[in-house]
Amino acid sequence: MTGRRLLGGYAVLAYVFLYAPIAVVVVFAFNGGRDVLYWQGFSTKWFETALRTPEITNALKLSILIALGNAIVACVLGTMLALALPRMRPWIRTPIDALAYMTLVTPEIVFAIAALVFFVQAGNRLGIDSPLGWHTILIAHVVFNASVVALVVRARFVSMGQQLEEASFDLGAGPLSTFRQVTLPRLAPAILAGGLLAFTFSFDDFITSFFVTGTESETLPIYIWGQLRFGVTPAINATAAMMLAFTLVVVVVAYLVLRRSGQERDGATLPGV
Amino acid sequence: MASTEAEATEHRRGDTRAGAGGPRYPGWLALPAVTWYLLFFLVPLGFIAVTSFGEVVGFSDVAYTWTLDNYRYLWDDFFGDFHLYRDIYFETFKLSVIGTLSTLVIGFPLAYYIARYAKHKTLLLLLVIVPFWTSFLIRAYAWLIILDPEFPVFRALGISGFVESHELLFTPKAVYIGVAYNYLPLMVLPLYAALERIDWSLVEAAQDLGDPPWRAFRRITLPLALPGVLAGSLLVFIPLTGEYIIPVILGGNKTFYAGNLIAQQFLESRDWPLGSALAMVVIGALTIALLVYARALGRQEQHS
Repeated sequence: MTGRRLLGGYAVLAYVFLYAPIAVVVVFAFNGGRDVLYWQGFSTKWFETALRTPEITNALKLSILIALGNAIVACVLGTMLALALPRMRPWIRTPIDALAYMTLVTPEIVFAIAALVFFVQAGNRLGIDSPLGWHTILIAHVVFNASVVALVVRARFVSMGQQLEEASFDLGAGPLSTFRQVTLPRLAPAILAGGLLAFTFSFDDFITSFFVTGTESETLPIYIWGQLRFGVTPAINATAAMMLAFTLVVVVVAYLVLRRSGQERDGATLPGV
Repeated sequence: MASTEAEATEHRRGDTRAGAGGPRYPGWLALPAVTWYLLFFLVPLGFIAVTSFGEVVGFSDVAYTWTLDNYRYLWDDFFGDFHLYRDIYFETFKLSVIGTLSTLVIGFPLAYYIARYAKHKTLLLLLVIVPFWTSFLIRAYAWLIILDPEFPVFRALGISGFVESHELLFTPKAVYIGVAYNYLPLMVLPLYAALERIDWSLVEAAQDLGDPPWRAFRRITLPLALPGVLAGSLLVFIPLTGEYIIPVILGGNKTFYAGNLIAQQFLESRDWPLGSALAMVVIGALTIALLVYARALGRQEQHS
């Protein structure tokens, strides 16, 4: 019993450790003063300043557009992969699996410079003057986010069983109509959740974006990185706080979507039986 | 390992469903994703492998001359008198090991508490995951505020002097703190997954039969939690070998690790061939480490 108490107390400390830094950024975003470390009264003026700074709003817009495009492409690629994989023969499935996991665990700096070298060299060969920009960020983000979506969707696809799909194929429906009428309705929450997670992954990504972007395209994390050279300012904290709030909403929505679909699963797998 | 598990599950499920030979989604559905992986992941990795055998011409252009110069240069450094790069790689290895161990030490009791005692497990687990999904960059730079001797909370507590005398910011200590903090969720998740499956009546039975708690922990809990420990360690160790953000922000770019070293060749020195060779060393070392690890794991499984 005392051990349990002790662990409970420790857990509280651990959660303080997990959230204190995030809280510090958010709280100091409301500091009225110019100096980050001296509290000079509550104020929302740094949020106004941030939202009136064109570099910040442009970076925010670009980050959202890239994250959205990335989520859509990753959803299509990841879902198709998740549908194909479970019943593939092991000799072909194992290497594809390994490849998908590799995109998730390779140290990001290695992938980032590899993508940089590839885009520049390929651009040179194809005679493109400045090959880097928002599109190269998008292409690179899809690499690991397709794997994120595939992971989430496949877990649901395997756990829900495929009797309905088999019945559909047996009755003569093709892959497309089977997907539309049988699989998609049950898989939609998992695809949506995977897409939302892919969105936040891309939205928060710094390293890959930083290396494969051109001089023109600055995402929000790249902007924050650049500003940090001059030290932390309340305006940076306000920008970061908005980013945190945005990600938090997306993650919680993804979680709720997944949980609801999990609860409905037993009822929805075989409605007629 | 994961794939054989999935196979076994599928095999078992196969009895209740139609067999694996039944109608299914066609395999070509994997083509778009696989093409994307090949073109934008494997081929780029191949590009740096090739570039590592090239040399710089002019300001920053690369000539593909199939020279071994970059590797010879690193070899001479590793086994020569200067061993500048060797020291950095060694520091990187140290950072990865200590970072992994510290997240394990901090994370294990937390995962243990959630898995065994907590009432609202899902909520508490979600609270661990949420920081993981928020910006890595923001979570790293938050420590710039906290570790500053002028941090108001420290001033209020009257320990500014203490913090100042320890000079945390822009030292390796700050890097280690940042690493332990940023990677903690990645360790707790797999630990929880393993601990959550433990049948705690086994531990109680051992204690009823006279094992003191620590021995029950060592003989029952720890072996059962081992898969989680191993998975979590891999998830933290591998990305740490290329850690870049934390050393730059909290180490003030004064502390150097493999990630900074690679980035520097691309951002400042413009020596892509050497940068590629440095990255290949990381990939090579990781591959060897993972193979050794897998082999040790296989041997251990044979023993038990």
